[in-house]
Amino acid sequence: MPSLTLLAQSLIAGLMIGGLYGLLALGLSLSWGLLRLVNLAHFALAFLGAYLTYQLGTVLHIPPLAALLVIVPGFFVFGVALHWLFMRFQVTELASLLVTFGITVIIESMIQYFWTADFRRYDSGYGNASFHVGPLFVPTLELGACLTAAALAFATWSWLRWTYVGKALRASAEDPGMAAAFGIDHRRLSFLLSGMCAAYAGIAGTFIALISTLAPAEIWSWIGVIFAVVIIGRLGNPVGALIAGLAIGASESLTMAVVAPAWAPVVSFSVLIALLLWQPRWL
Amino acid sequence: MQNDWRMPRRTVLGGLVGALGLGLAGRTAGAAGAPIRVGGTLSLTGPLAQTAHVCKIVSEIYVEDLNKRGGLLGRPVEYVLLDDQSKPDVTRSLYEKLITVDKVDLIMGPYGTSSILAAMGVAQRYSKLIIQSSMGIPKLATYELQFPATPFGPQPDKDFPKMVFDALDTTPHPPKTVSILTSKFPSAQVWTQGAKAEAERRGLKVSLYLEYEFGNRDFGAIAARVKDANADFLWVGVLGLEGIQLMEAMKKLDYTPPRQFNLFPAPGPFVNSPDMNHALAFTVFEEQPPFTSRPGIAKFVEVYNDRAAKAGITYPHVDNQASGPYSSWQILEAAVTATNSLDDKVMGAWLKHNAVETIDGKLTFDGPFNHGPQHMAVKQIQDGKFVVVWPKELTAPGAKLIGP
Repeated sequence: MPSLTLLAQSLIAGLMIGGLYGLLALGLSLSWGLLRLVNLAHFALAFLGAYLTYQLGTVLHIPPLAALLVIVPGFFVFGVALHWLFMRFQVTELASLLVTFGITVIIESMIQYFWTADFRRYDSGYGNASFHVGPLFVPTLELGACLTAAALAFATWSWLRWTYVGKALRASAEDPGMAAAFGIDHRRLSFLLSGMCAAYAGIAGTFIALISTLAPAEIWSWIGVIFAVVIIGRLGNPVGALIAGLAIGASESLTMAVVAPAWAPVVSFSVLIALLLWQPRWL
Repeated sequence: MQNDWRMPRRTVLGGLVGALGLGLAGRTAGAAGAPIRVGGTLSLTGPLAQTAHVCKIVSEIYVEDLNKRGGLLGRPVEYVLLDDQSKPDVTRSLYEKLITVDKVDLIMGPYGTSSILAAMGVAQRYSKLIIQSSMGIPKLATYELQFPATPFGPQPDKDFPKMVFDALDTTPHPPKTVSILTSKFPSAQVWTQGAKAEAERRGLKVSLYLEYEFGNRDFGAIAARVKDANADFLWVGVLGLEGIQLMEAMKKLDYTPPRQFNLFPAPGPFVNSPDMNHALAFTVFEEQPPFTSRPGIAKFVEVYNDRAAKAGITYPHVDNQASGPYSSWQILEAAVTATNSLDDKVMGAWLKHNAVETIDGKLTFDGPFNHGPQHMAVKQIQDGKFVVVWPKELTAPGAKLIGP
């Protein structure tokens, strides 16, 4: 039987990686839920953000926070441009999956062209930093990712719930025709949201660069679990994505501690299948 | 990153003239006529791309040099390389295409156990000779015309763990307890299961045995279990970065194992990590004597170092990842030259009864699964450099295993 310390330490590790899941899921959930676009390119954008953070940090010695000042607006513009293309060619929800798959392959190839397929590690000097609470250790960077995910999720949720723009976006997602009849310009709002989703991918990318070692093919390794997080958290629900991310991360980690690490990847999909069969009202 | 992609026109023209000159110089050595086409795939994209790029550079260097020396049978050699995307199903289709559509004269194996098995099936269907350098589970290679270029020997899952524990026994305080982890990547998993059996055979206490999926992202809970077990020695059946990720997760728990072994680590991040000092790993070749004393190898090392650095490879040195494809080409050249033929069966019969001097030593193919004796070694990171520390006949003068 594992010790309480081991269980608690594993739970902390799971919650920390769960925060990163939530951060990465945030933009995808909003795009899928409110724009009806299944944006696989979200993962490629996150990794492009990670490589740019790496490049800015290692070559130009720009710290990650300052890099975000470049990445966030840059990615916002990219997200708007991408959405313009989707609207221009009237990409549907199903077609968006195929189109963004293609964009992901293109971005992966670009990353490999510029940075090669070799591993890249951003040695920030504080990558392994942690602090301890009693016998338990809390990794600093992962905690930062977790808190950032929480801040963005609650801020976005509040924005969608209490502002006119947020309400208009939700109304457009529910019934675009009716929303337009009330004077809502869905087109302009969708550009704003698409830009935000891409910017969120850039922020997630900066944390990925700081926490993990980069390789172009890593783009694909996140897709399965993040899709499960997005669906479990309910499409278009930023706080739901965060909670689902934390729950999946914690479940995976506890499975590693109590059962066996090889069973951990099964957890997210088992939870997803169970919920889809159960069909709770909040899903 | 390739920063300067816009070359001045004069540089481009100069480069073209130079390249033409070099090409002519190569041809003047005697290679003439229709080229001999050698087809193969490598995982130029996908999760195995890091190593495949090393293989690609090595093959390019070898073929260039081969053509400067007159090619094969007096004809120039052309390497027809396709990208199998690290997918065995794609590998299978591409070898089918190389043999039936492109009609290559000879084939060269891909990288990685799964892809090699896929290619081997196609080679067997068309009775083509195939040389491979990274088949970590030799007993799966039952095709008579497949020839291994890396000297794992027929049972590396038994021989290599024994070698590691023999090496550890020479230290002042040999381990009494061991934690064993492994990726479920086929060769890593099989070799690590061998390590567990060997540890138990020696009476060591296996405090922890865990398997995780290849591509696992989160090592936090695994690190917590390793810390909890706190064994004298940690064996990790890693592939690529996993060892570094595990080490970083352990550092966040303020834990460093007393000593550790990583099976197939990514050499650049591994050797450059200060936390990995004195960690052990597998090898068959390193840039040090006696390996570099083998005929013609010092020159190859020099050229490879230059090319790899220019290509942005983070560890631009020759190790077992680079020596494998070089050895493959040496075996192919030896078989063609000795038999004066491109007939796969004739070359296969010759290889079964003859030895070939390669970068990885003198290789024979007359044992089980066409393997000869193994020539594996254990290396250790010592102050930011790999040093071969076992067996004694493969260590550089003065090199020795550092252990507690």
